[in-house]
Amino acid sequence: MATTVAPTTLGAAVTRVEGREKVTGEAAYAYEHEIEGAVYAWIVQATIASGAVRRVDAARALRLPGVLGVLWHENAPDLGEVEDGELAVLQSRRVAYRGQIVALTIADSLEVARDAAALLDVAYEAEPHDVELRDDHPKLYKPPKVNPNFETDTEEGDVDAALARADVVVDRTYTTPAEHNNPLEPHATLAVWRDGGLTLYDSTQGAPRARDTIAAVFDLPPERVRVISPHVGGGFGSKGTPRPTAIAAALAAKHVDRPVKLAATRQQMFAFVGYRTPTIQRLRLGADAGGRLLALAHEVAEQTSTVREFAEQTAVPSRMMYASQTRRTSHRVAALDVPTPSWMRAPGETPGMYALESAMDELAIELGLDPIELRARNEPETDPETGLPFSSRGLVACLREGAARFGWERRDPTPGARRNGPWLVGTGVASSTYPARRAPSAAFARALPDGTFVIGIGAADIGTGARTVLLQIAADALEVPPERVRVEIGDSALPFAMLAGGSMGTTSWGSAIVRAIEALRERLAEHAGDLPPEGVQAQADTTEEIKAQERYARHAFGAQFCEVRVNADTGEVRVARMLGVFACGRILNPLTSRSQFIGGMTQGVSMALHEESVLDLEFGDYLNHDLAQYHVPVFADIGDIEATWIEEEDPHLNPMGAKGIGEIGIVGTAAAVANAVHHATGVRVRDLPIRLDRVLAGLAA
Amino acid sequence: MPHVTHFADVTLRINGADHALHVDTRTTLLDALREHLGRTGSKKGCDHGQCGACTVLVDGRRANACLLLAVTLDGVDVTTVEGLADGDALHPLQDAFIEQDAFQCGYCTPGQICSAVGMIEEARAGWPSAVTGDLTAAPALDDDEIRERMNGNLCRCGAYANIVPAIAQVAR
Amino acid sequence: MRPFEYERAADVAAAVAAVAEPGAMYLAGGTNLVDLMKLGVETPARLVDVSRLPHDTIEELPGGGLRIGAAVRNSDLAAHPAVRERYPLLARSLLSGASGQLRNVATIGGNLLQRTRCAYFQDVSKPCNKRRPGSGCPARDGEHRNLAILGHSEACVATHPSDMAVALAAIGADVAVTGPAGARRVPMPGLHRLPGDEPQRDTVLQPGELITAIELPPLPPGARSTYRKVRERASFSFAVASVAAAVDVADGHVADCRIALGALAHAPWRASLAEEALRGAPATAESFGRAADAELAHAEPLPDNAFKVPLARNLLVATLAELCEAR
Repeated sequence: MATTVAPTTLGAAVTRVEGREKVTGEAAYAYEHEIEGAVYAWIVQATIASGAVRRVDAARALRLPGVLGVLWHENAPDLGEVEDGELAVLQSRRVAYRGQIVALTIADSLEVARDAAALLDVAYEAEPHDVELRDDHPKLYKPPKVNPNFETDTEEGDVDAALARADVVVDRTYTTPAEHNNPLEPHATLAVWRDGGLTLYDSTQGAPRARDTIAAVFDLPPERVRVISPHVGGGFGSKGTPRPTAIAAALAAKHVDRPVKLAATRQQMFAFVGYRTPTIQRLRLGADAGGRLLALAHEVAEQTSTVREFAEQTAVPSRMMYASQTRRTSHRVAALDVPTPSWMRAPGETPGMYALESAMDELAIELGLDPIELRARNEPETDPETGLPFSSRGLVACLREGAARFGWERRDPTPGARRNGPWLVGTGVASSTYPARRAPSAAFARALPDGTFVIGIGAADIGTGARTVLLQIAADALEVPPERVRVEIGDSALPFAMLAGGSMGTTSWGSAIVRAIEALRERLAEHAGDLPPEGVQAQADTTEEIKAQERYARHAFGAQFCEVRVNADTGEVRVARMLGVFACGRILNPLTSRSQFIGGMTQGVSMALHEESVLDLEFGDYLNHDLAQYHVPVFADIGDIEATWIEEEDPHLNPMGAKGIGEIGIVGTAAAVANAVHHATGVRVRDLPIRLDRVLAGLAA
Repeated sequence: MPHVTHFADVTLRINGADHALHVDTRTTLLDALREHLGRTGSKKGCDHGQCGACTVLVDGRRANACLLLAVTLDGVDVTTVEGLADGDALHPLQDAFIEQDAFQCGYCTPGQICSAVGMIEEARAGWPSAVTGDLTAAPALDDDEIRERMNGNLCRCGAYANIVPAIAQVAR
Repeated sequence: MRPFEYERAADVAAAVAAVAEPGAMYLAGGTNLVDLMKLGVETPARLVDVSRLPHDTIEELPGGGLRIGAAVRNSDLAAHPAVRERYPLLARSLLSGASGQLRNVATIGGNLLQRTRCAYFQDVSKPCNKRRPGSGCPARDGEHRNLAILGHSEACVATHPSDMAVALAAIGADVAVTGPAGARRVPMPGLHRLPGDEPQRDTVLQPGELITAIELPPLPPGARSTYRKVRERASFSFAVASVAAAVDVADGHVADCRIALGALAHAPWRASLAEEALRGAPATAESFGRAADAELAHAEPLPDNAFKVPLARNLLVATLAELCEAR
């Protein structure tokens, strides 16, 4: 890197800049901005999984006092052509999945809007639906690319021949269910039309990107649309792109010529705001007696909708994780009558590494080899897929460090051998990885006459601590104390920046901020005399810098260790202890970074033991659509959980020397839990989540 | 049935101040706070008592504001997250949450803090929990007790591991 | 939610009179009713608020029992010294139910009358015989992993969600009700019905009847009791199976016992056959297993919930063993 920021504030455990606002309830989320005269919209959802709306009778709804309007495909304003079919809200009578938006009611109160929705009479022409993913589904096809832009299939060497000559072969199929992001703040938008322009207070992971997409939907130049999003109550990928809720709010506001507030209900969030596709993954590992991989084949079946293709990159981590003489990865997708799947924390790595790391554990057992040693023996010297050097690769260091801290050496590998009353006890390990990338972003830096600085960038803090770490980066780049710097984010009026996703926020935004500050320093050097009242400003864009960067395989790595207790009578699984060790370049804020790691690990435990969107075959929707039925962990599910990291100097990353940390915490966690459950019980659960009925069935077998 | 019978006059005492409201009988305390009184600190995460983001104190006891009808609360004392700080001085739990980084997105936070305020009082009153070994003894608020007693507050960001020490540092 | 009128009852008689209007329902803590009204499952035209009626006290009964007013909150009952000391199974059942927030608001009467959490019942866009009699039961061929294995019918395979009701069924509590025809007492577990061909009726209560109190008889002297709940997450979730048991062991034999099972049927399930097999039997794992088998021999699991049979067996055996060996 051309310039590296000298850390002063960076590396310090700075508490969150917006902490006070959040603990006092002052922080305003999308639905909470005070706009005079705002009214309420409510979404009406399709009750068939495939077919068309035949007729909408709004008479009863419109007769309710307080109802301002009802919108459906026949009276909704026409929208522009959009790439994302989910955003073509009320543009056709087609129903592509149960729960799709078919109408909106608008009223002067929330209560009346909801009642009007219940009174709306929608008649359908139902067609048979096809909603169940199977690995022999006739509709499985090869998508042109997988998310975001990876090759669909790869093949190196003769995998079949290598499997035939391997001393040990593991050939297993693992499945993961559909999972819903469920940020605690529902997808919400407050839409205001003024003089033909549109302002949206929206819960989004990227205001500038959302602005561009929404402007296209409404056939407006981007400068007529503004998206404001100072605080976001979680997203985990589901607020990465604009959702139909934002479009619906804007349509409703246009229809009644009033500001409109709209939030998805928790139940509705199981339909049209994205989710993680279910996966069926066949893993074949062939190894010689010494544990060196001769073959690695990872073949995935998953689903998308008929509205938009989303093909998750589930097998992609198998392309770079371990050395293997031969390798095959493939993705097949079936377009079903289901809601469109989308990003959910570490798409690709999360389900893919569950399968790969479970299979590695099974292989270690077959070989009679310690699972950490097996991984160490398959450590590649360069990226197995591209041959590029790794900018840094801390996997084995993390495994070794974690083993020492966790007490791995004392582990007896025999499954089902430790018992404490009714509780069987076991430990497991798995690897983590996530790409370390940057995306082009722009920022401005402004020096004011009073000696303070303002940084502006269209970034988002969805709970990652972005606002805080960007302040630290800016302060160190300016070489001033953070008290003299203000960072403005969460507004599309600020310079265009990468959305909060792909663990690319800090690295992308931080790079742009550093470059803007460098440009500002140059301008200040040229400036003579006092600064003008509006200050002196410079802006920078990292597009060219990123295009020109050296080619390296850049990835973060980690190791997950887990101890579980499994009740031999009831099959209940409880995670007693977890440790994650990560290699993510320089850690910029140990306080918020640890929270990101632990948060990811907590979601990984959730994936392992709890999360499962249950598809109803008869009706075609996700049946358990609330937080009483779709379980995420409660406090008592998360015991002693700790995250730490190794020092990693990597000069090939960015001016901060950091890798993204938002997603790696979830990767590998589910495998670590599953491997620990096997160690505790001898039962290998290959279908997530590890429910008590599955464990009981295994214990009885 | 005339439309007017579905409305009622109610006086809500919020953070010590009386607010006279003419509300739809269907209006929940949560919607009354958020949509009628401009008190948006109490959050709507599920609207069905399943997430705890709307937790407030009703006559000193924690409750889900989303499941209480405003019309039933005439004369009842409601404390929301906006009522915890003493002027500029934050409530000790609010300070502890910042210090321990006990939140990420912040959306569950007001509910977590209100719930913890109520929970600490319950424990001080000697109430047992599902993990209390001896039901007849006064419970000690160890980490397992805190975890069990905070069961009604979900944190999707996964800040549980930081919320427990934040509460513990105030409660013990 | 449909519009409704609201009225606060001054006393029981006024409440009973007020609820006689068509479409009227009692509102107590509302933690389940308001939830169901938002879903459109319940659509009362009028709510009669009984949460502030004066029956909110816990009194000692002559002979060692307790009388619990129906408006007592779940948390207050669980924290009451007499309950913690003399009815651990009741205290533990309450504490294992719901969340701290919900227990602070939910009343004892309302707890007994909460509706099933079957997903189809809660979704008005789907058929459900309990919600719309005659519309069908999609759970039988659909998702029923956590539904009934005992006493279900063609029409309904739902389970009752209350933990407390399971303890009360084991205790053999009496439920005091007042209705248009006067006051009467309903013994537990007789309050809740099996679905038969009228799954819309959860209980034997007549229209307009209001629960005013629950009376607990004393447990057998020397009995130890507990409530154990198996669930998918460590707290704040409905049971997959539960057991409330009180056992009195003398000279290594079971002198007396009371057992009820939860989350297995449309009603809390008093395990009379297990009790019968256990009384007088040696307090051993073999006896516990035989008792469990005697009860569960009548289980009729559906394709996806057969695991509940061994689960309930293991749970019952483990709970009895814990109660017997701990003395």
